[in-house]
Amino acid sequence: MEIPLATIINWTIAFLLGSCIVGIIRIVIGPSTADRLTALNLVGSQVLALLVLTALRAGSPVYLDVAMVYAVFGFLGILALTRYLSNRSNSK
Amino acid sequence: MSIAAVVFFILGIFFALTGHIGLLKAPDVYTRLQTSSTCSTTSVVSILIATMLLAGLTPFTGKVAAITIFFMITGPVATHIIARYAWEEGIVPWRRQQ
Repeated sequence: MEIPLATIINWTIAFLLGSCIVGIIRIVIGPSTADRLTALNLVGSQVLALLVLTALRAGSPVYLDVAMVYAVFGFLGILALTRYLSNRSNSK
Repeated sequence: MSIAAVVFFILGIFFALTGHIGLLKAPDVYTRLQTSSTCSTTSVVSILIATMLLAGLTPFTGKVAAITIFFMITGPVATHIIARYAWEEGIVPWRRQQ
């Protein structure tokens, strides 16, 4: 049985783009800041998978460095945002 | 090997679909956090495992494995940070009786 792998990779990339749109909807309509941070974390992880799939489709490991740096700075960004927004950081 | 990769792709798409439905329909910050955390960890790790199965034993697989280990550490930590932030903000968890 022949499996069209390029088609499946393209459809997975398209699905990840559509799910990023769903996350951006939650970022726009989120009632509180924690909702927006949650959706931002989700969109960041989806974009990480999308970059790895792009590297697999292009056949070059250059995109993997971009994905690694994106993962590191997504985590550090969420950490810095919660530190900046919480009131506890002013008292310490 | 490619059949296993396709199974992992379909698994990742299924988990991402359920997680995004939960992110849109859940009533509270904590429930949304739970669905999005489970969704992101399982679906992204499934897609990365499928990528490693397709790439074979190459340096590409090593880099993807490093990204997988890093993501499996930092994903739940980021979720815990957001949950602690929401708890310290004074957000009350959702109850059905209200």
